Amino acid sequence: MHNDSTKKINTLFTNYKYGFRTETKSSFIIPKGLSEKIVRQISKIKEEPKWMTDYRVKAYKEFVKRPLPDFGPSLKEIDFDDMHYYIRPQDKTKNKWEDVPSEIKETFDRLGIPEHEKKSLSGTGAQFESEMIYHSIKESLSKKGVIFDSIDSGLKNHPEIFKEYFGTIVPYNDNKFSALNSAVWSGGSFIYIPKNTYVELPLQAYFRINTESMGQFERTLIIADEGSFLHYIEGCTAPIYSKDSLHAAVVEIIVKKNAHVQYTTVQNWSTNVYNLVTKRAYAYENAEMIWLDCNVGSKITMKYPSIYLLGDNAKGEIKSLAMAKDHQCQDTGGKIIHAAKNTTSKIIAKSISKDHGNASYRGLLKATKSARGTFNYSKCDALILNKDARSDTIPKISIDDPTASIAHEASIFKIDDSQLFYLMSRGLPQDTAVSEIVNGFASPIVSELPMEYAIELKRLLEIETE
Amino acid sequence: MTTKSSKKSSLIIKNLHVKIEDQTNRKEKKEILKGLDLEVKEGEIHAIMGPNGSGKSTLLNALMGHPKYEISDGTIQIETDGKIKKLNDLKADERANLGLFMAFQHPIEIPGLSFLHMLRTIKNLKNTEKQSLEELLEELKTELKKLKIDEKALERGINEGFSGGEKKKLEIFQMKILKPKFILLDEIDSGLDIDSLKIVAENIKDPAWWGKKHSPAIIIVTHYARILKFIKPHKVHILSHGKIIKSGGKALAQILEKSGYTEINEE
Repeated sequence: MHNDSTKKINTLFTNYKYGFRTETKSSFIIPKGLSEKIVRQISKIKEEPKWMTDYRVKAYKEFVKRPLPDFGPSLKEIDFDDMHYYIRPQDKTKNKWEDVPSEIKETFDRLGIPEHEKKSLSGTGAQFESEMIYHSIKESLSKKGVIFDSIDSGLKNHPEIFKEYFGTIVPYNDNKFSALNSAVWSGGSFIYIPKNTYVELPLQAYFRINTESMGQFERTLIIADEGSFLHYIEGCTAPIYSKDSLHAAVVEIIVKKNAHVQYTTVQNWSTNVYNLVTKRAYAYENAEMIWLDCNVGSKITMKYPSIYLLGDNAKGEIKSLAMAKDHQCQDTGGKIIHAAKNTTSKIIAKSISKDHGNASYRGLLKATKSARGTFNYSKCDALILNKDARSDTIPKISIDDPTASIAHEASIFKIDDSQLFYLMSRGLPQDTAVSEIVNGFASPIVSELPMEYAIELKRLLEIETE
Repeated sequence: MTTKSSKKSSLIIKNLHVKIEDQTNRKEKKEILKGLDLEVKEGEIHAIMGPNGSGKSTLLNALMGHPKYEISDGTIQIETDGKIKKLNDLKADERANLGLFMAFQHPIEIPGLSFLHMLRTIKNLKNTEKQSLEELLEELKTELKKLKIDEKALERGINEGFSGGEKKKLEIFQMKILKPKFILLDEIDSGLDIDSLKIVAENIKDPAWWGKKHSPAIIIVTHYARILKFIKPHKVHILSHGKIIKSGGKALAQILEKSGYTEINEE
């Protein structure tokens, strides 16, 4: 049965259905390669203030200086000279789908984005190549002072808030790819939720790379003021090309006193995309931050969403699901820093790997001396579907708080013959039994996703029965 | 179309030899069943008793189609409406679809996959009776109530975190939902207290599903005669060293209870 079930498992991951590309006429393309001149050119096109141009140049110098990460998968194959660092698809951001150029709109129609917006969202942003081509929020929310805009508009229209927070959570010199992003960032969301404002339905942004050898460097800044509530969702896809693309995003989130932010990601890049992302949130007194991070696509992903619990009684949660097939590598995990009293956190990480895929967990859990009464629970489960697949769990724990209560569990699973026999004895064919077991394993994370994404993710796990 | 009810369905086992991998020597296969004959007709209950290692669980696993149990000789057949179907080369799911069901001695945990989802998937695959989700839920809840299990069990992972007794009851629950024609109960009584045992027995004999319309053939494998007080078998068979060494009526179980297997072996 074992060999047979291996064959069935091979059909488990369905074909990538977002691999199509759209013929578009971009309004502006900067030639391949990166230099200080190109960095200055991007800033000039965007008509930015001098402080931002200087910031970009400083970050570029840092990027050149910094070596590649000394941990995780090898990134030596990335050819930084063979990338486009800026492509503008149209002249400016639209706030009606009708105004978006038809060939770009068609892409998002095929991805179901406008339809989804009507049904269940408070607002939608869509990025194509380097720019947000669409941004829209419900009028009732903008009247309450909620800002949901492209990050470029954020800099133009809300310079005070922007300057106060930009680059304070993830400094340009945090790592090589935060430096790269800080040098050439373009697109992404700028969100401000006023005090005690409850945004009931999620805000969503959708990212699409369309051109070959494209680098996408969106930057998102979210400020949730005291007592506010927000759920933000991002999704992403790209066509399949023989040459690699690069996605290096930075996300900064400030969760003020008593506020609640959930940031949900369903990452489904095509398997020629390097996805190297820095995501970090500061949570203040009694605030709550949740990262729900699902990684299915990309060639290599390195991403460790972080939460700094800086105020007393702050809560943090990181829930993640990673799937690696063929020669994909999902090097994901999370970091939680307890730096205040009675802060609590939870990490639930699940990974599924098959063939030569590698889905690993890399985590850091830290409690400083000023943290008292820290509580953390971490659980890492890896499901390995065949013998060539790989999963490592690398948790780093550093505790200076003598009153801390920390629990870490890690387990490795495989589908065993007794589970298959049990389900088959009830009447399920073998391939259905395999996909039911995989879905069951993933369900604690998948069930937390909004409906459309949960269905989509389940589909990705299901066997095509025909 | 009218069918003659005289043609009852039955499970027919002839000269069954079953081998499994030897735990001590992986290259060798060890023969556990050495020529077993048995016929169980619709509406009949047969109890198979025997000491540890006599081959009771091997028999049921081989009947259900566990891939580790290799049938080296003999046949397993079912006869329905005068037609004979050989099961030897069929997979477990194919046997299940022909009406076989096994209640496991040690039910297997499938984390995250709920009973509701599994049973719904199976019913949808069968596609014979169109049943809405509401109707299915109604049926599931009714049966759980009869087994005295909280209906929250439906949403929980299969056998995940249930007590030993609950797991056994949930096997009977699945049996009643799937309505099999040939039922294999592998030590359904082990790990049950007397109250749970009564509930399980009542549910196996539940007239709501077991009557004129539906009258399955049942094989009960057990160590103890205890359960046979609640479910009266038509026949009792003693299994020893891979063969049935004695068959008789329910009185045989009582003798066994009093004097043990050794005495019967020596006869």
